[in-house]
Amino acid sequence: MLKFDIIAFQEKARHYREDILTMVCEAGSGHIGGAFSGVEILISLYHYKMRHNPQNPSWSQRDRFIMSKGHASALLYVTLADRGYFPKEELKTFRKLNSRLQGHVYSGVPGVELSTGALGQGLSVSCGIALGAKLRQSDSRVYCLLGDGEIQEGQNWEAAMTASQHKLDNLCAILDHNKIQQNDFVSKIKNEEPLADKWRSFGWKVIEVDGHNFQELAAALDALESIKGKPVFIIAHTVKGKGVSFMENQAKWHSRLPTPQERQAALEELGR
Amino acid sequence: MIPVETEMKSTREAFGQALVELGRENNKVVVLSGDLEDSTRCEYFKKEFPERFFNLGIAEQDLVGTAVGLTFEGWIPFVCSFASFLLPSAYSVLRLSVCYNNKNVKLIGSHGGLTVGPDGATAQSLEDFAITRVLPNIRVICPVDAIETKKALRQIASLQGPVYMRLARIPFPVITQDAQPFEIGKANILRRGKDVSIIACGLMVSEALKAADILSREKIEAEVINMHTIKPLDEETIVQSARSAGAVVTAEEHQMYGGLGSAVAEVLGKSHPVPLEMVAVRDAFGESGEPEELLRKYQLKDTDIVNAAKKALKRKMGPE
Repeated sequence: MLKFDIIAFQEKARHYREDILTMVCEAGSGHIGGAFSGVEILISLYHYKMRHNPQNPSWSQRDRFIMSKGHASALLYVTLADRGYFPKEELKTFRKLNSRLQGHVYSGVPGVELSTGALGQGLSVSCGIALGAKLRQSDSRVYCLLGDGEIQEGQNWEAAMTASQHKLDNLCAILDHNKIQQNDFVSKIKNEEPLADKWRSFGWKVIEVDGHNFQELAAALDALESIKGKPVFIIAHTVKGKGVSFMENQAKWHSRLPTPQERQAALEELGR
Repeated sequence: MIPVETEMKSTREAFGQALVELGRENNKVVVLSGDLEDSTRCEYFKKEFPERFFNLGIAEQDLVGTAVGLTFEGWIPFVCSFASFLLPSAYSVLRLSVCYNNKNVKLIGSHGGLTVGPDGATAQSLEDFAITRVLPNIRVICPVDAIETKKALRQIASLQGPVYMRLARIPFPVITQDAQPFEIGKANILRRGKDVSIIACGLMVSEALKAADILSREKIEAEVINMHTIKPLDEETIVQSARSAGAVVTAEEHQMYGGLGSAVAEVLGKSHPVPLEMVAVRDAFGESGEPEELLRKYQLKDTDIVNAAKKALKRKMGPE
């Protein structure tokens, strides 16, 4: 765990978004909207809450992070490079031939626990890790980032039952709740509300936070230690495309490539 | 030749017993069930090691995904269910979470083949070889009998990486002995013959041995190969046998598309083309019935192998 430093974190968030934008533009493809919405969540995990060691990625006592929404790969790669898991220079190879930085989250990258990208699979794997940790009496925790479009996949709800059945209080799922999936608002495609009630009824402790507010994220993550006997579901209310006004809250920025003009405008806005 | 007094035992029963022994020797082994521990016989493990046993209910995607997670902490998960539910239902998880991530998950699919019997088509797995062997990193095994199942289980546990092993519901002949060597990826030649080579797996090896007896009475000497490993396929043994016999028959309780026959055809096509006949289910689903009735109706009996062998031989001889 590192020191909570909101000024530094906000500065980081700005740089992360710049780096994500540059990576996707240089790659010629990628997913900006859902990467921007999760920036504060990943900073809170990797710079504040999680027990991990970039010098020893396979440290047996580490907490685990599973990026189930594997299309937001640029966000995880930027975070890991920033924490020193691999040289930041390598970010330039994102989505290129022979690169470790595959288009969707890839476990060949130092610090990445699981390759993902077919949505809906990360929570079950997280349950298995949590179960395995309890079996060997480890106090490691598992964090799993889910997309809100993603939880339309039924496997999440199978996993939700497993987690509560086995009282996996070392498991914390975080929903990047930006309310938009690839083609439209989640509510217009397959409405998930009442979301909090659903997860509560599946036996989870539910905490709702502003997913761009570092204090609220930290408070929710700090609360985990005191929650016993059930898994925790943090609904992080976020904005898709957060940080660039013309990208915010629009489905088209799920995977659109900015034009050179848009790239410039976005960088200027982030730099302010 | 199969002796008349051959012991009969199902591979699922042998698996269940061997899994308990494995559990005693290796405390990293954990077992996950899709609410079918009675049918798959992993209930024996459950009785002795309840703390290392998890029934995750009727939720195959989560079942396989949870197994992937357990490997992170060094556990060796054996996931047990019916092949026809486990693989198709969890296929995306098998492809991405297990195989792409190359995780040490062991999938045990019981009730392979038509000989599931009266439960009918829904439970009879006829496509498991096809859908598993197409995936990188996984090994695909179908033991020939109870003794081989125990040997296979031991090797599966000690190697790293994903494995799928098919088991069968009904008792069938125990044709191997404890002392016989077994190595994943290395076929066993059970009978030598120069005229035609019969390559089979699972229960069909017994049918192939019976067919070889029948053929021998007609002065046709068949080689019988137990191809217990569908992937990685023992290409060397296939090519050597095809080279000496000049005609090949495959026999499996599986669809004719994508299974052992297809795998052998791929090898022969690229290395040593010879006439090939496949004894397999011909692009159809199964149905309810007694195992023996089903084998007969779907033409998977010793006599069907004999006919296929003669057809292959005729093609080898060329036009009259």
